Amino acid sequence: MAAAIGLALFLMRPATNETVVVLPGPDGKVGTVVVQRGETRQVLDQPYAASRTGEAEVARLSDAEVRENFGATLQALPARPTAFMLHFITGTDELTPESKAELQNVLAALKDRPLPDVLVIGHTDTVGDAAGNDRLSAQRAETVKGFLVDIGIPVGRIRTAGRGERELLIPTADDVDEPRNRRVEINVR
Amino acid sequence: MRFTMAAVLLGFTATAWAADVGEVKVARGAAHLERGAERLPVRVGMPVQQADKLVTGADGTVGVTFTDNSLLSVGPNSVLAIDQYVFDSTTHAGKFDSTLSKGTLAVISGKIVKQSPDAMHVRTPSAIMGVRGTEFIVKVD
Repeated sequence: MAAAIGLALFLMRPATNETVVVLPGPDGKVGTVVVQRGETRQVLDQPYAASRTGEAEVARLSDAEVRENFGATLQALPARPTAFMLHFITGTDELTPESKAELQNVLAALKDRPLPDVLVIGHTDTVGDAAGNDRLSAQRAETVKGFLVDIGIPVGRIRTAGRGERELLIPTADDVDEPRNRRVEINVR
Repeated sequence: MRFTMAAVLLGFTATAWAADVGEVKVARGAAHLERGAERLPVRVGMPVQQADKLVTGADGTVGVTFTDNSLLSVGPNSVLAIDQYVFDSTTHAGKFDSTLSKGTLAVISGKIVKQSPDAMHVRTPSAIMGVRGTEFIVKVD
């Protein structure tokens, strides 16, 4: 009899021990994970809030517990996607002096990244005609691509696009000299 | 698989690209990927596709970046299946479902969740998790 009850309890136990923990992002913000386990629904929306099998209450894990159980896993996360912006002298594919300095930071950040996927998108301001701006934006993207190839990023891992004056960062009327619109965005993952 | 074969025969060489939903960025120790009947050793740069299953050994860890910028990694002795992955790079609409049968998983959600909260789910043997834009970790013993 006792054995039968023991067996029944054993069979009623969840087959696995499971833990779900929400972590703060690099900016300290926390999102939400909703854990549905049978009839039980737990909302995790605080840093290190944890849902565990067989526990009705939401627990809170310590940073040390997270590192002990998930250290190797977290270490295997790929680098976070990131983006940079460089600006140009009017009507040219030449970087502004500030962006020339910033370029060195960008290149240093990309050099350390294993197997980067890079998307380079060129833009112009509204000075000049649309067709000319399409060409100029594409040329800006190609120029930046050249810098990336020079530091050893394989050509095949860099895509470029020129958006002309279609995606103004600062909306303006036509024929407005706006330095912030003369830019290249570099998206890396 | 049969579909891919037919597409290749028809000359849609881009199909292989379209089927790739992510890429292995980190690979350490023993790990393989099950794709249909194939069993492929995991290496950095390897494409990941819908319906792939990642399996790690006692010293294996793998990190994958997906096309919507979601990041996933699995620790040692883990089994993770990519059940469904759809992402429209124009609208950012999509769906991302995976199952961790055992081991550990870390997730940083991407554009799919940003666009539509509730479009990403992770299943374990006893639970289903709805992801609303966050970083989280899961362990199944």
